Amino acid sequence: MGTFIVRRTLWTLLVLISISVLVFLLFFSIPGIDPAVAMAGRNPDPATIRAISHAFGLDRALPIQYLLMMKHLFVTRDLQSYTNQGIRVIPEIAAAAPVTLSLVAGAVVLWLVFSIGIGLVAAVFRGRAIDRILMILGLIGIATPSFLLGEAANIVTQSKLHDTPLFHWVPPLGYTPLSQDPVMWFKHLIIPWVVLASAQFIGLYSRILRSSLLDVMHEDYVRTARAKGLSERRVLIRHVLRTSMITFVSLFGLDLGSLVGGGVVLIEVVFALPGVGLLTFQAASGLDLPVIMATIMYGAFFIVLANLLVDIGYTWLDPRIRPA
Amino acid sequence: MSEPLLEVTDLRVSFRTEEGLAPAVDGVSFTLDRGEVLGIVGESGSGKSVTMLSVMRLIVDPNAVFGGKILFKGRNLLEMSRGQIQRIRGAKIAMIFQDPMTSLNPVYRVGWQITEQIQAHAELTKRQARERALELLAGVGIPNPRARIDDYPHQFSGGMRQRVMVAMALSCSPELLIADEPTTALDVTIQAQILKLIKELRSESGSSVVLITHDMGVVADIADRVVVMYAGRIVEQGDKRDLFYDPQHPYTWGLLGSIARLDRPKGERLASIPGMPPSLINRPPGCHFQPRCVHRVERCSVEDPALTDKLGNGHVDACHLDASVKRRDRVLGSAPTGSS
Repeated sequence: MGTFIVRRTLWTLLVLISISVLVFLLFFSIPGIDPAVAMAGRNPDPATIRAISHAFGLDRALPIQYLLMMKHLFVTRDLQSYTNQGIRVIPEIAAAAPVTLSLVAGAVVLWLVFSIGIGLVAAVFRGRAIDRILMILGLIGIATPSFLLGEAANIVTQSKLHDTPLFHWVPPLGYTPLSQDPVMWFKHLIIPWVVLASAQFIGLYSRILRSSLLDVMHEDYVRTARAKGLSERRVLIRHVLRTSMITFVSLFGLDLGSLVGGGVVLIEVVFALPGVGLLTFQAASGLDLPVIMATIMYGAFFIVLANLLVDIGYTWLDPRIRPA
Repeated sequence: MSEPLLEVTDLRVSFRTEEGLAPAVDGVSFTLDRGEVLGIVGESGSGKSVTMLSVMRLIVDPNAVFGGKILFKGRNLLEMSRGQIQRIRGAKIAMIFQDPMTSLNPVYRVGWQITEQIQAHAELTKRQARERALELLAGVGIPNPRARIDDYPHQFSGGMRQRVMVAMALSCSPELLIADEPTTALDVTIQAQILKLIKELRSESGSSVVLITHDMGVVADIADRVVVMYAGRIVEQGDKRDLFYDPQHPYTWGLLGSIARLDRPKGERLASIPGMPPSLINRPPGCHFQPRCVHRVERCSVEDPALTDKLGNGHVDACHLDASVKRRDRVLGSAPTGSS
C-alpha cells in the first residue's frame, strides 16, 4: 500500500507538470500573442509595453517565465490575472469551485438513481414495451446537447411559463451559496441538475448498465444463485447488479472527475452559474494565461484524483484484481 | 418405498425459435427412488441437462414451453409458484454444475456464498451458518478450511472450487442432488475424488443422486440405474448391470464402444458413432437414430420405435431389432465395420 501511494503521487505530479508545460507552450505558440500589449490599453507607447513586460516577467526566457508562474501559483500562491489587473487567481478558483461542486453533486445523485433504476427495469423487462420506451428515451437524452436542453429549459421556466404556478418559483439565473440560503441554493440548481443529468448521462449510463446486466444474467454463477433457492430480487441485486457495476463505476469515476474539473462549462454558461467551467471559458476567451493555467491544473488534479478513486473502487468491486 | 422421490412423466420442453418449435426434451419419463443413483447419459444436445434443469425450474428462457409432470414427493414442481420452488431449490433439491470456474460468483468470498444459501433456508445466526460452512468445507476435503473460508473463488483451483460447489449443494442436506457433468471440466485424479464425495454423500445421508454425464466410465463407477438419452428422448433405460452387460440400443453400443479400455489390443482405434445428432427441428422420420445406425432395417425409417420392455426385467429400449438379433450383431469396443 505504501509503494502504491508513493507511485500514485509521483504519477500525479508527472501528469500535472506535463500538462502545465503543454499549456504554457501552447499559449506562447499562439501567433502574435503578447499579453503585455493586451494589458497596455489602447494605442500604448512602447515604453509602457516594456514596463508591463518587465513587471510581469514577460521579457524573460520562457523556461524562467514558466518557473516563475509555477512559483506564484504553488509556492507564494499570489499569481495574478493578466486581464483583470490586481485579481488573484487562487481566490477566484476557490470561489468558483463550490458552485461547480454543488452543480455536479446534485446532478450525480439524479444520474445515479435514475440510471440504475432505469437500467434495472429495462433489463428485467427486456424486449417488452417498457424496455423499448426507456431505451429510446435514453437515446434521445444521449443525443441532446446539454446546452440546447438548458436553453430550452430557460425559455420555458424563465419566460414562456414563468408566470404560471408551475414555474413561478424559479428564481432568475444565477447562484446563491448553500451556506447563505439553502432553499434558494436548491431553487437555483434544480433545473441545471435535471438538465445535466438527463442530457447524456442518465441515458448513457442506463444503457450501459442494462447491457452489462443482461450479460451477467447469463453467467453460470447467476444460475447457481437461483439454484441455491434465493429470491429473484436477491439474485438480481446481490449477484447480477453487483458484478454489473464494475464497468459502470469505472466510467462514472472518469466522467465525474472531468465534470468537477470544469467539464460542466456549457451548463454553467447557460445557467449563469459562476463555477470553474465559466471561469475557464472566460479566461480562454480573454487569453488570460494565469487563470487558464490555474483552472487547467485544478481540472487535471480532479481527473487524476477520479482515476485514483476509480482504481480503488474497482479493486473493491472486483476482488480478482486485488494484489494477493 | 411406496412413492418414488422423483417421478417425471412425459416431460416435454420446447423452445420457440425463428425456424419453429424446437423440442429439446420430447416425452421423457423416469422415476428415482430414495437413495438411488441414476445416471443420465447422452451426447451434447440430447436433452439430459434440459431435463434436469427443468426439475430445478432453472430454465428462465421466456421462449421455453413445458409439458408433462415432474412430481417431487408427490407435488408437481412445474405447477409450483416461484416462492414454493425457491423453498425447494437449494434445500430439498440441490445442483452441481459442469464448470466450477464460472459457477461461483467471482466477487464474493466462498464462505459468504455458502452461508448465503444456508441462511436462505434455515433460521441460523451468521455465526452458526459460518460454523456449518466450515464443517462442510472440511467435509469435502478442503485443507485448512478456517484459513480458506474467506478466500475468493479465483484463489482456488478448479478441483477445489468444485469441492466448494459440492459443499454448497450439501449445505441444507438435500434429498436429491443433481450433478450436471460435475467432473467434465476436471482432470482425472480430481474427477475420482469428486465422484468419491458424491458416493459418500449417498451412503451417509441416503440422498438420491441424478448424475448427468456423457462418460460411460463415470456411470459405471457410481450409478445404480442408467437412462440413455438421444435427441430429447430416452432410448434405453435399465439397471447398470443389465445395461452394461446386455445393452439393447445401437446408440448405447456406440457409447460403450467409446470407452478406452486397457484389456483391448494396443493400437486399436476407439469406436465412434458416425454422423451428428439430428437438428431439433427437422428430425429424421421413424427412429431418430436411424440415419446414424449401422444396423438399421427398412422399418426403422418408417416407424418410430416405442420404449418397450422386451426382456421382461424392467430394462427398456426403443429399437425395432429383435433382442436375439442384437445379441448376435452388436459390436462393442471396436469401430463398427463398414456394414452400412
